Amino acid sequence: MDLLRFITCGSVDDGKSTLIGRLLYDSDSVSLDVLAALENRPTVHGTVDLALLTDGLRAEREQGITIDVAYKYFTTPRRKFIITDAPGHVQYTRNMVTGASTADLAIVLVDARQGVVEQTRRHSLIASLVGIRHFVLAVNKMDLVNNDQAVFDQIVADYAAVADQLKLPHVTAIPLSALLGDNIVAHSKNLSWYTGPSLLEHLESVPAFEEATIADARFQVQYVIRPQTDDYPDYRGYAGRIQSGTYRRGDRVHILPSGQESVIEAIEVNQQEVESAAAPQAVVLRLTDDVDISRGDSIVPVGSQIHVAKELEATICWMDERPLWPGRKLLVQHHSAVVKAVVSAITYKVNVRTYGRAATESAQLNDIVGIRLKTAAPLVVDSYQQNRATGAFILVDELSGDTLAAGMVETMQNSFVPEPLGFTI
Amino acid sequence: MSTPHFDYLDRLEAEAIHILREVAGQFERPALLFSGGKDSIVLTRLAEKAFRPGRFPFPLVHVDTGHNFPEVLQFRDSLAAELGEKLIVRSVEDTIKRQRLREPGGKFPSRNPLQTYTLLETIEEFQFDACIGGARRDEEKARAKERIFSVRDEFGQWDPKRQRPELWNVYNGRIQRGENVRVFPISNWTELDVWRYIQRENIALPSIYFGHPRTCVVLPSGQLLGLNEHLRLDETDEIVERQVRFRTVGDSTCTAAVESDAATIDDIIEDLLLAKVSERGATRLDDNISEAGMEDRKRNGYF
Repeated sequence: MDLLRFITCGSVDDGKSTLIGRLLYDSDSVSLDVLAALENRPTVHGTVDLALLTDGLRAEREQGITIDVAYKYFTTPRRKFIITDAPGHVQYTRNMVTGASTADLAIVLVDARQGVVEQTRRHSLIASLVGIRHFVLAVNKMDLVNNDQAVFDQIVADYAAVADQLKLPHVTAIPLSALLGDNIVAHSKNLSWYTGPSLLEHLESVPAFEEATIADARFQVQYVIRPQTDDYPDYRGYAGRIQSGTYRRGDRVHILPSGQESVIEAIEVNQQEVESAAAPQAVVLRLTDDVDISRGDSIVPVGSQIHVAKELEATICWMDERPLWPGRKLLVQHHSAVVKAVVSAITYKVNVRTYGRAATESAQLNDIVGIRLKTAAPLVVDSYQQNRATGAFILVDELSGDTLAAGMVETMQNSFVPEPLGFTI
Repeated sequence: MSTPHFDYLDRLEAEAIHILREVAGQFERPALLFSGGKDSIVLTRLAEKAFRPGRFPFPLVHVDTGHNFPEVLQFRDSLAAELGEKLIVRSVEDTIKRQRLREPGGKFPSRNPLQTYTLLETIEEFQFDACIGGARRDEEKARAKERIFSVRDEFGQWDPKRQRPELWNVYNGRIQRGENVRVFPISNWTELDVWRYIQRENIALPSIYFGHPRTCVVLPSGQLLGLNEHLRLDETDEIVERQVRFRTVGDSTCTAAVESDAATIDDIIEDLLLAKVSERGATRLDDNISEAGMEDRKRNGYF
């Protein structure tokens, strides 16, 4: 059994929470006491309001909206699913970026009566920007348009233009009614003209984690294990998670950014030595040489096309109430590496409606902008397009510690790709 | 080359180990909150995988309500000894005396709300900057919205509207003086995931998780509560002898038992697959007070 993480996005009242409630309910993931708590609450339709399964905080229940990302879980015989419920309100776009950053698939929910609206375009842009490859266009509330195929076909055609513009790799369109449960788990005879998979069938069959395992090998040191005990007087292990690709015992590696070279002497998983290990395994690497390595350093195979850079261009989503102006000093957190940096320029702002780019002086909350970043120490990065793990970073306020932005590396300036030192070991 | 296959438990495990190592890398004085319950026992197994052959970069810390099950306390001590790791125990009893707090009243005097006071005292005493806990998002609706790295102010308070966005698996633990971070490495695990992991890893648990005969009080709700000296019973209370087990091992005055013959982990998993009542719903008396019960307690510094 494997694992799929997906995000649901759509406008307010498109029925996201109801859809999630329906998936939980129909897959028997809701326990009786939770249902009883729901049944004690007044509802509009006189039935159980499934949306209440996800609206967790008091302010949300009072206002009937979702204000923060909620995580929900359900399991079928084929898969475990982690659902991120991202809010539809414009002012909470940062939460959608948060939810999308860990997702393998996005369900873009559209109200059959409204069709593709500005929020649909915005959410598709964000999901595509953070590298989601699988999209479901879920045309909800089909019951309210008499289950009319022509309405569905028109929306699919409209969305094709969006998918084309964003170059979305995989889009599957499904007509459904979350309220009635049509095409959620089982096929509905109300929509008999639709012959594709139900939503759950599709979620169970989409390939997960395809990129991380086939990408180039990447590893960053989180923690150095040095027991210094009688049993392990000289043991020095580099603990971290394989971010992508596969590592093998005997691999020649570069330690970056320093550029030293060594060989993997052992790979340990749970104190057992293994011949090879792959993403996303948490491992300990031991090297043949006693080299200077600390938290935040990368260990990559010699010959990797990775960049060591102090100047980057990146796309960011600004998440702070106070706007970003050029010249701002802050911290870049690139997984376990943290360096000081300055935003030397804001190069463009993305129009989330047209996807066009325009010049801008500053970035406001929820803006998606291009920036140029100069760092005080080199970062070891790939472009986000190349590698979703090593191309991602966050910007952090040095004083408050608040997370200010989500960043994705586009290009590197004045960087170098490490060359093998040329001697054989 | 064929790509290796990883089970969902492998992925959850790798995520949790990554989170534990981030705590070790980012904080000066972290602690692992350890109750002797199954979730915190799983955390110790994950910590072994993250840090061996080295020592844990944090002590185990237990806030003892004084109402804990003796079997669990014994287990706690023997596991800490077996791991060779430092165990710090602080008691709610002492906090009550020191801060002159009022003991909870009623028939079933739960000290759960008072745990927060002792926890905050302990954080201050040791200057902990991060506390690792075994809470899971599937336990409760407010928990479903909490980050994996959850920043708390000086009073341990959680402000759901001021949560930091948590992007990818980049965990931002940067804090100001006086603040601390609660860290939940098994956020994405469900109760069933925890049990399947215990099964797969062959992890030992306190005996009260398995079916055993126990003298219980029948509550008006029909729930069973193990008889103990802290309860203030009336003559009319019905006392019965039942085969029961516990799904969680909190304060013995407010943790109900469920009837079960489950003798092994396999039996428990079978039980769970058939069970239709959530873990907290089945066993916690104090969460039923209001729908926002957990949200309020978290805002006030509870785990």
